[in-house]
Amino acid sequence: MRLELEPRPLPSGLWRVLAPVLAVALTALAGLVSFSILGVEPGRALWAFFLAPLTSLWGVSELLVKAAPLALIALGLAPGFRAGVWNIGAEGQLTIGAVAGAGVLLALWPSDAPWVLPTALLAGILGGAAWAWIPAVLRIRRGASEILVSLMLAYVAQLLLSTLVYGPWRDPEGFNFPQTRLFQAGLPVLVEGTRLHPGVLLAPLLAVLAWFLSGRTLLGLALSVTGRAPAAAAHAGFDRPRIVRGCLLVAGALAGLAGILEATGPIGQLVPTLTPGYGFTAIIVAFLGRLHPLGILPAALVVALAYLGGETAQIEAGLPQAVTGLFQGLLLFFLLGSEVLVCYRIRWRHPAEAGVP
Amino acid sequence: MSPELFVAVLATVVTAATPLLLAATGELVAERAGVLNLGVEGMMLVGAVAGFATALGTGNAPLALLAAALAGAGLAALFALLVLVLLADQVVSGLALTIFAVGLSALAGAGLVGTPVERLPRLDLPGLSDLPLLGPLLFGQDALVYLAHLALPTVAWFLRASRAGRVLRACGENPEAAHAMGYRVRLVRTLAVLFGGAMAGLGGAFLSLAYTPFWIEEMTAGRGWIALALVVFAAWRPARLLLGAYLFGGVAILQLHAQSLGLLPVPAQLLSMLPYLATVLVLALVAGGRQTAAPAALGRPFLPPR
Repeated sequence: MRLELEPRPLPSGLWRVLAPVLAVALTALAGLVSFSILGVEPGRALWAFFLAPLTSLWGVSELLVKAAPLALIALGLAPGFRAGVWNIGAEGQLTIGAVAGAGVLLALWPSDAPWVLPTALLAGILGGAAWAWIPAVLRIRRGASEILVSLMLAYVAQLLLSTLVYGPWRDPEGFNFPQTRLFQAGLPVLVEGTRLHPGVLLAPLLAVLAWFLSGRTLLGLALSVTGRAPAAAAHAGFDRPRIVRGCLLVAGALAGLAGILEATGPIGQLVPTLTPGYGFTAIIVAFLGRLHPLGILPAALVVALAYLGGETAQIEAGLPQAVTGLFQGLLLFFLLGSEVLVCYRIRWRHPAEAGVP
Repeated sequence: MSPELFVAVLATVVTAATPLLLAATGELVAERAGVLNLGVEGMMLVGAVAGFATALGTGNAPLALLAAALAGAGLAALFALLVLVLLADQVVSGLALTIFAVGLSALAGAGLVGTPVERLPRLDLPGLSDLPLLGPLLFGQDALVYLAHLALPTVAWFLRASRAGRVLRACGENPEAAHAMGYRVRLVRTLAVLFGGAMAGLGGAFLSLAYTPFWIEEMTAGRGWIALALVVFAAWRPARLLLGAYLFGGVAILQLHAQSLGLLPVPAQLLSMLPYLATVLVLALVAGGRQTAAPAALGRPFLPPR
C-alpha cells in the first residue's frame, strides 16, 4: 500500500473552506500537546489561551486593536499574492509609513489643529507606498526579485527608524529614552478604558470595498489570471508591469496606513520596535484568509488571538515571546499541508495497482 | 597600508564571507535541482542555535558542527515534505520555514543568551601557516572556512562533470524529461534540499561559534536572504559565488571598521544599512541579465505522472 496524490478534476470548494479550519485546529492541537508535555493541564491552557482574553471588555478590545493592522496589511498583500507579486517587506512599508506620518506630527508639534492628523495619516499612506515603489520599479525595469528587495528594505527601514529615535527625533524631555515626543494630535479612543481607535473600523470597511472591487470588476480576474497563467494574461491584454506596480503600491499604502495608525493610536509616539512583526504575520493572515477579503477578517482575529494567547503564555507560564512566532509558523505549515486537499485527492494504492491507468 | 595590515583585513573579509559562502553554496545546489528554498535564514538560525547549544553542552567542536548541519537539514526535510510531497507553493513554504525557525531558534536559545562559548579552534597547518603574509590568511583559519572553500570547487566540479550532477541539473531544467529517462526527480530534489539545509546550518554555526561566539535571537541578521541574492548574482554558477561572497564580506568589514574607528560622522545604524543596500544595488544591477540563467523549472512543482 502506498499513499498517492490524485489530481481532482476540479478544485474542491469544500476543502477550500475547510483547509484553514483544519490548519487552525491542528495548530491548536499541537499547542495543547506541547503544553501538556510542559506540564500544563490542556483544559487550563485552552482556557487561558483562547477563552480568557474574550471574557473582558479589555481583552476583546485588545483583540480588535491587534487584528486591525493585521487585516489592513493582509488586505493589501492579498491581490499581489494572487498575481504572483511577492511583497514580503510589508514590515518595512509599515515602518516607513509610521516614520513619514510621525515626521509630519513632529514638524507641527505641538499643534493639534484638526487638519494635522489627516495630513499625518496621508503621509503614512504615501510613505508606505513610496517604500513599496522601490521594489516595484526594480522588478519592472531591472528584473530584480521583489521578494529580496522588499525584504532588504525592511531591514533598512528598521535601521532608519532606529537612527531617528536614538538620534534627531529623540524626545528632548524624555530622559534619554529612545522614543519621540508623545504626539499631540493622536487618534481618539472610541470606548473609554480601551485602546480602540477609529482605525479598527477601517479594516472591515476596506475589506468590503476590496471584496466589491475584486468580485465585480475585471481587476480580480486580471490578478488571478496573471498569477496562474502569465502567458494567457499577456494574451488577454493584462499589462504585467501595471499589475506589479499596482499590487506593490496598494500593499505599501495599506501597510503604511497600518503603521501610522499604530503610531498615532495604541502607541502614541515612535519607539524602536513598533510592532511584534505585524508586517510578516500579515502574510500568514492573507493565506489563512485564502487571499479573500472576507476571509482575511476572521483570519486576522484568529491570529490576533494567538498574539494575546502568546502574551498570556509569557505571563502565566514564563514562556518567551518567541512561542508566538513558532505557532504562527506552525499554522502556516499546517495550512500549506492542508491546501493539498483542495486540488488533490489522497489515495491508498496497492503496489499491484501501480502503473494501471 | 602596510602589507601586514592588508593581509589582516583580507583575512577578516574571508571570515565575513564564510557564512554567506556556506549558505549560498547549499542554496545553489537546491536551486539547480529546481527547488527555491526561501527558508535559508531560518535554517541558518536553527543551525546557529543547535551548534551553539551542542558546543556549550559537550565542548566538542566537531559534534557541534554535526548538530548544526543536522538541524539545518532537519528543517529542510520539513520543507521538502511540504513542497515535494504535498506540492505546496515553494515561496510561501520557504517563508513559513523562516517564520517557524525564527520562533524555534529563539525558544531553544532563550536560556543561552549571554553565555560565552569557546570559539571554533583555528587549525594551523604545520609549515604553511608560518609562511610570511599569506600563511595566516590562507592557513590559519578554522574548519568551517576551509570547508566553505573546499565545498565550492567540489560543488562546481560535481555539477559540471559528474553524472549525478548532470542528473541533478536535469531535474532543475526539465523534470518531466528527467522522469521519463527513469531518474527519481523527487529523490534527487529532496537530497539537494537536504544538502542546502545542512550547509545553511553550518553557515549559521559559523556565526554563533566563530564570527561572534555567542548566541542572540535573529543573529543571522538577514544573511540568509543575502545568500539567496548571491545565488542570483552568481547566475547559478559556483565560481561567481566566491566573488559575490567576498564582495559582501568586504562590505560587512568596511561597515564594521567604519563604525569602530568612527571614520564617518554618521550614526552606526546608517552604516549598518550598507549590506542591505548593497544587496538591493547588486540585484538592481545584475538581476535583469540573470533571468535566462535561472534553472528552467526553478520553483515549479513536479508531480510524477502515474
